Parts: sequence; C-alpha cells; structure tokens
Amino acid sequence: MGNTDGSDWLRLVVGLVIVLAFSQLNALFLVWLERKVAGHIQLRPGPKEVGPFGILQTIIDGIKLVGKELITPATTDRKLFPIAPVLVFMPVLVGFLVLPFSPELIIRDMNVGLLLIFAFSTFSVLAILTGGWASNNKYALLGAVRSVAQNVAYEIPLLLAVMSVVLMVNSLQFSQIVEAQSRVWFIFLQPVAGIIFLICATAETNRAPFDIPEAESELVAGFHTEYSGMRFGLFFLAEYTNMFIVSAVATSLFFGGWNGPFGFSLGIPGIIWFLLKTYFLIFVIMWVRWTFPRLRFDQLMNFSWKVMIPLSLANLMVTAIVVKLV
Amino acid sequence: MAEQFKEPVVDRVYTLNLGPQHPSTHGVLRVLLDLDGEFIVKADPVIGYGHRGHEKMGENRTYKQFLPNASRMDYLSGLLYNHGFVLAVEKLAGIEVPERARYIRTVCAELNRISSHLLWFGTYVMDLGGFTPFLYAFDDRENILDILDRVSGSRLTYSYCRFGGVCNDVDAQFVDMTRAFVKRLRSRFPDYDNLVTKNVIFIHRTRGVGVITAEQAREFGVTGPNLRACGIPYDMRRIEPYEIYDRFDFEVPIGSNGDALDRYHVRLQEMEQSCRIIEQALDKMPGGPFWNEAAAFKVRPPKGEIYFGFESARGQTGYYLVSDGSQCPYRCHIRVPSYGNLHVLTEVLRGTMVADAISILGSIDVVIPEIDR
Repeated sequence: MGNTDGSDWLRLVVGLVIVLAFSQLNALFLVWLERKVAGHIQLRPGPKEVGPFGILQTIIDGIKLVGKELITPATTDRKLFPIAPVLVFMPVLVGFLVLPFSPELIIRDMNVGLLLIFAFSTFSVLAILTGGWASNNKYALLGAVRSVAQNVAYEIPLLLAVMSVVLMVNSLQFSQIVEAQSRVWFIFLQPVAGIIFLICATAETNRAPFDIPEAESELVAGFHTEYSGMRFGLFFLAEYTNMFIVSAVATSLFFGGWNGPFGFSLGIPGIIWFLLKTYFLIFVIMWVRWTFPRLRFDQLMNFSWKVMIPLSLANLMVTAIVVKLV
Repeated sequence: MAEQFKEPVVDRVYTLNLGPQHPSTHGVLRVLLDLDGEFIVKADPVIGYGHRGHEKMGENRTYKQFLPNASRMDYLSGLLYNHGFVLAVEKLAGIEVPERARYIRTVCAELNRISSHLLWFGTYVMDLGGFTPFLYAFDDRENILDILDRVSGSRLTYSYCRFGGVCNDVDAQFVDMTRAFVKRLRSRFPDYDNLVTKNVIFIHRTRGVGVITAEQAREFGVTGPNLRACGIPYDMRRIEPYEIYDRFDFEVPIGSNGDALDRYHVRLQEMEQSCRIIEQALDKMPGGPFWNEAAAFKVRPPKGEIYFGFESARGQTGYYLVSDGSQCPYRCHIRVPSYGNLHVLTEVLRGTMVADAISILGSIDVVIPEIDR
C-alpha cells in the first residue's frame, strides 16, 4: 500500500462508501430473504405487508431498532459493553476490501488477501467474547465461552481446507485463485475441502445447526441477551454480512468466483455470476438452518476435533503429494 | 455448631436461574441449576408461580360450576380433564349416560390427546433448535381445533362434557372432518419421520439422554408416556378401563431404555393408537340421545368419597372428591401427572449439560399450570 497518490486515496474513499452502503443494504435484504425462505419452508407466507412482497419490512424494523433506547443494564462493564457491537462489525467491513466481485471490481487486490480476510474474521470472536463478558450475565457468558471454543475448533479445519486450495494455486491473492478456476472450479478438484469449508463457514458464522452461542431455546439469546436497540441490530447485521462474506469467499475459492461454469460465461458479466453463486450459497445456509435441529456443545466439539480436522489434514496431505507429483 | 450445616463452598460451582421466564420452560417453571462449567451438579425445580387455587375453588362451587375449571389446569388436554371430572362425578352420583354420549366423548378425548401430543412434538423439536417441525405440527393441530371448535365452541379450554352426556350432538360433518383428519395425520407421519425421527442430529440429541429407570419412575410416581418409555405398560385406559375403552382394540406402546428418544417414539405411536380408537368409535357410534339432561341439573351426590383415575395426555390424572351430600364437594383434590414427572428431573439432570437439561425437560412434557393449579 506504499502508493498513496491522489487517485489511490479517491479509490479507497469511494470503495469505503460503496462497501458501507452495500453491506447495510445487503444485510437488510438477507434478513428479508431469511424470513421469506423460512416462511415458505414452514408453510407460511413470511412478511408481506410492508412494500411489495414485504421487501420494506426489514427497513421498517431497522428504523424501529434505531429509534429504540440503548439500555445499559446496571451491572455491565461500562467501557466494554458499548464497544462490543462496534467491534463485531469492524472486521466484517474489512472483508469487503479484498473480495473479488469481478476482474475489475476488487477494491484492493492484495497478495495476502486470503490471509487478511481470515485474520480479520477471527476478530469477531473477540467481539462476541467482549460482549458476553461485559454483559455480566450468565447466559451471555455461557454463550461467549461456547463461541470461543467453537470458533477455535472450526477455524482449524477451515484454514486447512483453504490451504489445499492455496497449494494448488500457489498464491494467497484472490484474483489469481479465481483466475486458476477459469476452466474447472475447485469444488470438482477439491470436493472434500469444499464441503469442509462450507460446514466450517456455517459454524464460523454461528448459524444453525451450529448456533450454540446464541441457542435461544437454551441460552435465551446467548452473548447478545443484554443488548437492545441498534446495538443488538449491529450484532444482527454483522451475522448476515458475515454470511455474505463466507459465501463470497467460498464462491471465490471453490465455485469459480466470477467465472461461468467450465469457462462458458454465457454472455453474463462476471459480477452477476459472482453474486448469483454467492446468494445461492447463502440460500443453502438458510435452508440448512430451517431444516436441522441444533447439535449439543460437546457433540459439536467432537465433530470438529475427531472428524473435520483429521479429514482436512488428510485432504491437505493428499493435495500436497499430488501437487508435488504433477 | 451452625458451621456444620453449611454446604461446602466450591468455587467452581455457580447457580443459573433457568426461568421462570425462559423460552424453553414452557410456562412459568423455574429450575435452579448448580453448574460446573456447562455440567449440572444439582437441579432444583421451583413450582408455584401459576397457583390459582383450583382445588379450593372446587370446594366453594357446585359440581356444575367447577366444570369449566377442569380444563384450565392442563390447558393442552383440557377436554381430557373435563371428561375425567364428569366421569368422577357421574360415578359418585350414579348418573346414567346414554351410549351415544360415551362414544362422542371418547372420540373428542382422543382428538384432544392427539392435539396435545402434536403440540409436544412441535415444541420439543423446537427446544432442540429445529423450528420447522413446530409449524408442521401446528398446521395439523389446527384441524383438531377446528373440529372441536365446531362441537364445543372453544378451541383450547373445552368444557364440552356434561354430567350425563355432552352439551352438543355431533353431526355428519363432524364425522367427515374427523375421518379426513385421521387420514391426513397418517399421511403426515412419514414426513415427520423423514424430517425428525431419522435425522442424525435429532437421534444424537435424544438417544441415551435423560434416562429414567423403571425404579426411579416408580419412586417419583412418574406416569403416562414417560413411564411407558421405561418399559412399563401402565395405561389407565387398559389397567382400569373407564368410559368405554374396554370395547376398543388398541395397543399400549412401550419403550425399553427410558431415554428421550423412547419417550418421543412412545408419544408418536400413541397418536397412531388414538387414531385407531377414533376410527373404531366412529364406526360403532350408535344413535339416540346425547345427553341425559335431567340428571345434569341439581347434582347432589350421596355422602361418600371417590378417587377416579384416568389417563390424560401426560399420565394418570385423578380426582379425589368427598361429598357431604350437599351440592358442593367437601374436598376436591386433583392428582396431576406432571408433578411426579417434573420432580424426577432432580435425579435425571444430575451430570448432564445445560443443553440436555432443555432436551430432557422438553421430553418429559410438563404443563406447569397443571402442577401449580
């Protein structure tokens, strides 16, 4: 980032504005989509009163959240309590900097893009722990502790799965990873890594069946039990933006990013391909949530340490040998 | 001296107050959990938040006036409670009941049992984190509510039975709706199996979880599906047949391990058995009067006492009535199954995790207003 002439700064500012606008709108859209998907899976129509197909429902909900009082319970940690929701949104925004929407549309195509996105996504755990601890509430603390254990357990197979792709491309740069899939998507070459990545990504975003940090039937609302108003809203929006980011990363790593299937773009621009695939993956994550019950905490840990990590290690080993031979 | 009686202070253990307002305590139950990390060291259910004094009300009202109270104790199987109270008073006062009324009551009672089990099915899977089966179950349950609404005029707290019969006759449309519902429910069981019963996560969450041994069940007075899941075929409809249950061909499903999965299976099979009873009752239903109306007024049982036990959706429920010859009972005590079912938790929860506590509490299927009454 040594080059700091005028055009570069402009690029950064414009990028940030677009990212902020897009991430908010996207989160609002995803909340609406989630409610619609859940509704249709559950034999009911979902929101439909506000705007066409209820599309404005989440905007109205957002306005309501902004208008609400930010309650700070008496026993909370005065300094940490308000910081946590801000902290949870920050890494999410950074993720957008390196996402390869299309060959031209990458805000910053860094050579360590992949590393950056995972390094920052780990921050959200810190935010959850901060929120849970500062709330001074047993449910929140239990949720926060669960979240840390879960994220540590699932980050390892996640990164190991990503490593298999990196070994094949020899780069951490998103544009190069996507370029390498212009003919064959990596999901066909690395199916095991792809599936491991999707499962771990679901766990990373605390989505069902891995939503034990907030498990509403057990921990009321988990780490954000004490949060109200827009502070809760930020946790909520961060969850959905996170979902977009992991799906976008999965699209870039395994589903060919902006490339059409097998090199046929069918005249559709790269960004449309990218968004189509990303939103399809998001839909799959939602579909899973509304179908499966929740795992128990120890079963979740066992699944990661006893199944996912050995499997991803073995996959990495095989990949390394094959890459070396070929 | 006083120090001897103090509990040893263990730093690791902390208390979590589960309820009385908690999404999964189904009503106003409070469970004091002593936790070591996520493991439960001690569980102590605290009841009484919903006490309304139904027993005392029973002593201050005539038998007829108390009738609507009966369905407010266990609001999920209100008609069964209503039915049981009517049966108890009929036996105490020696009231004749027309045959047709007996069949109508049986059909409606079994419908109510299915609706209670359906609601349990939905909320139990919701406790485990699966939302969709809940709405599927409620969609089915809605049909029962519509059927019972047509005959009794209410959707939840039915007061349909009367001393000597029922308050409204059923018509051909009722029979058609009931048959259609039974058919529909049977077609839904495969869906439930695919969505829940065969689900790996569900099986992992329930198998071997919350095992109640037959010994524990006897000690705590556990009844109903929870007891049958331990392998004891104890069903009041079979052990001491009341009404006309001895005329029907049905099985008493039992489990073998007494875990949450067995309780789940027992309840699902019971719905099928209730369907069988309903079909047989509809086939055999005679014509004639539906209410021995003359007997319903001025109920004055002779001096004496009675304990009448019947099978509600949650287990053996009983009315103990003492009559002094007046139009109000001298004593009205109600034996509720959830009381015993709930307190077995103190034994079962020890050593399990918080997530399991929710699963076990849900699998036991308690209705708190019934305990507090």
